[in-house]
Amino acid sequence: MSTSTHEAPVSLYDEPGPRAKRAIRLWSVVAVVVVALVIVLAGLQFGSHGQLDADRWTPFLSAGIWQYLLVGLWGTIQAAALVAVLGGAFGLVLALGRLSRNPVIHGVSTAYIEIARTIPVLLLIYLMLFGLPQLGLNFPLLWKLVIPLTIANAAAFAEIIRAGILGLPAGQSEAALSLGLSRGQAMRLVVLPQALRFVTPSLVTQLVSLVKDTSLGYIVAFTELLYRGQVLAAYNHFLIPTFIVVTLIYLVFNGALSTLASRLRRRPGKRSLAEPTSGAAPIVGVPVTDGPARSARSRSARNAKE
Amino acid sequence: MNIFVDSAGPLLEALGTTVMMAVIAGVAAIVLGTVVTAARISPIPVLRGLAFAYVQFFVNVPLLVLLILAVFALPDAGLLLPLTPTAIIVLALYEAAYVAEAIRSGVNTVGTGQIEASRALGFTLVQSLRLVVVPQALRAAVQPIGNVMIALTMNTALAAAVGVVELTSEANKLNLVEAQPILIFTVAGLIYMALALVIGLGAGRIEKRVAIKR
Repeated sequence: MSTSTHEAPVSLYDEPGPRAKRAIRLWSVVAVVVVALVIVLAGLQFGSHGQLDADRWTPFLSAGIWQYLLVGLWGTIQAAALVAVLGGAFGLVLALGRLSRNPVIHGVSTAYIEIARTIPVLLLIYLMLFGLPQLGLNFPLLWKLVIPLTIANAAAFAEIIRAGILGLPAGQSEAALSLGLSRGQAMRLVVLPQALRFVTPSLVTQLVSLVKDTSLGYIVAFTELLYRGQVLAAYNHFLIPTFIVVTLIYLVFNGALSTLASRLRRRPGKRSLAEPTSGAAPIVGVPVTDGPARSARSRSARNAKE
Repeated sequence: MNIFVDSAGPLLEALGTTVMMAVIAGVAAIVLGTVVTAARISPIPVLRGLAFAYVQFFVNVPLLVLLILAVFALPDAGLLLPLTPTAIIVLALYEAAYVAEAIRSGVNTVGTGQIEASRALGFTLVQSLRLVVVPQALRAAVQPIGNVMIALTMNTALAAAVGVVELTSEANKLNLVEAQPILIFTVAGLIYMALALVIGLGAGRIEKRVAIKR
């Protein structure tokens, strides 16, 4: 926390003088008092309805309940991983499609991205859940969650990747083309590796949003964290403790991912800067030697496997 | 097409609920998000920390969890509001975090030279914020805020999951009666797309109108 609170633009104000310091101290005290007041009021409200009783919270110290909830978290992770891989791959195709010079491919990709971004995921899930079975299309539970999420997230991934490709200096692909690489090769060997590295923080942020989306598993009754919490609350009738614990698990899990994203964002250049310098010499020979060298390497790898 | 004529009343009512939720929550989110941003860039460390915690909380916890917590769990502690207002409040609190991020990214686009110049001219913090930073930051944030508003409109659909009768749940109900999933859900999707289009065009128009011509 302390790391990111310092993000505020420092140049917005001078080093505080004695008067400003007093004002800051005063407002700090006011803020702390207000927050404390809210906490006390909430505590009184919760306490007067018996929500703070120990027997409502102690069950959450037992390993059994955690095991139960962690199975849910595992379901969340599985669904999120599937959506990330499928949505990421589909998103890459869409991004390349939108940048394609072929008007049909460009049009279709653009239309898909724009449409998928403006349809609620829940509508797609209801379609999967109640609509398609009427037509005889019935998917397993996991896929009823994963397919709508993939449809929606692919568009988001596509826009992120496209932004990365467009954000790369044009000189990169111009240089690649002038070295005799085909457009496909330039994209695959020069543009995409840099663009993807460039947008990695945004991809991780999208991953957070995607993990949040998997909570819609609650609606399709797929065993993920929120659904497990719901079943648990229905069983022990401790609604507030259960959902607060579920909230905290999401907070910790996604908070870790968000922190990773902001770490990556803060030092973006490190890897992308280091690699070109370390590989400066070989780059000259890349177009000539890389192809055969790589196939030779993969051939030897294949031989090693056999 | 008959089904839509026959149930035009409830459908329009549901659409009205969706639009109403989006508008009220949207305005509230913009106001609250501005306040959070103000706290986030203030010279008071406590406020900065609180604003940061606020944003982190709502960016990392799923909206559906918060809706369920507010609608089903909080009544246990005697905190009970009617269903739709509860959903609107949760939506507003949730999207305010995203609005705050959008405005903050707008603040970051204001060049440090601008801020240094205003300080060199002897502006106080409030003056330089009011006269220099905020006017430019909000202009830069129009499009991002528009995107947040589109996301908010899509997220009103989640209120269906806790029982608010809005467009998505009405479409679902209609389908359970009429069994025409492709037609009904396509129409519902088209309505959402139209709403998003209106917001997007509106944001574009506002952006053009407030743009600084250099």
